Amino acid sequence: MSEINIVDAPPGIEGSGFFATSMDKVIGLARSNSLWPLPFATSCCGIEFMATMGSHYDLGRFGAERLSFSPRQADVLMVMGTIAKKMGPVLKQVYIQMAEPRWVMAVGACASSGGIFDTYSVLQGIDEIIPVDVYVPGCPPRPEAILDGFQRIQDLVRNESGRRRNSDYYKELLGQYGIK
Amino acid sequence: MEETTLNNDIHVKLTEKFGEKITAISEPYGLLTFVTYKDVILNVLSHLKEELKFNFLTDITAVHYPGKDHGIAVVYHLHNMVEQVRIRIKVFISEQNPTIASATTVWKGANWMERETFDLFGVKFEGHPDLRRILNMDDLGVHPMLKQYPLEDPNRVDKKDEFFGR
Repeated sequence: MSEINIVDAPPGIEGSGFFATSMDKVIGLARSNSLWPLPFATSCCGIEFMATMGSHYDLGRFGAERLSFSPRQADVLMVMGTIAKKMGPVLKQVYIQMAEPRWVMAVGACASSGGIFDTYSVLQGIDEIIPVDVYVPGCPPRPEAILDGFQRIQDLVRNESGRRRNSDYYKELLGQYGIK
Repeated sequence: MEETTLNNDIHVKLTEKFGEKITAISEPYGLLTFVTYKDVILNVLSHLKEELKFNFLTDITAVHYPGKDHGIAVVYHLHNMVEQVRIRIKVFISEQNPTIASATTVWKGANWMERETFDLFGVKFEGHPDLRRILNMDDLGVHPMLKQYPLEDPNRVDKKDEFFGR
């Protein structure tokens, strides 16, 4: 049988019958291995992402079993595909409806920079309307690239302070996008 | 050959009815094409629909010819489903005052086509029940298919010449 991998415990003080660590680390560990992504897929990257969810690549193995097509309870917004400017307000509303803490991943050239479509109608990267945590390059990216991007998100989640979302920096960042 | 006789037939009937108002008749790829004027366009369209059985409005669109006196051509494509004939009608209107009567009184289906043409070319269809943008966001502020408007997004900086050693 194959080896079973279990996530290591966070650094802390260990003794017989007890284990002490900081709250941030425990919360980070829990959050990073139980992310609920909201796939916002509009085009070819979305199709590639379906392969990532399928049994071969299986996003579920990485701690993202529950894909939610609603902002309710979701905490990673994965934007895959071209976002037209007319779609912009819709995407922004979906982001605003998600509760904190939340992270955003821009998958592929279109979501990251407008891709080849530098036209009057296509949003030149979703970071013009919402803050993005991880950009996945490719047109479209392979499932491995999406998995890698997802693991980068997990690194962020695991290591960030539980109170980062209350920090002045974060409030200012959201303020730049007109989100309170 | 049959197509051409049909086209001739339609041409003769239209000229009988509208005379001088039907000009520049041609037949590229067998598609009867002519130019008419905006004061008679509704009459031409209803005549084609009622009398000559062009019962289906395939498309309404426009073409921009910058620098001409009548720089915007509104183009109508009709289809006669009985005899399987298609026809194309062009109306040249002024770029400064691009107004033309709405065809929604003849075909209900003209509604969205005219909204699209308004959105992309700024053609104002008089008598249209709801002339709003349909494809682009409301605050775009320009009609992008007019040739004076740049099609590339000006916010984009990564394609500037300096990045490519030009």
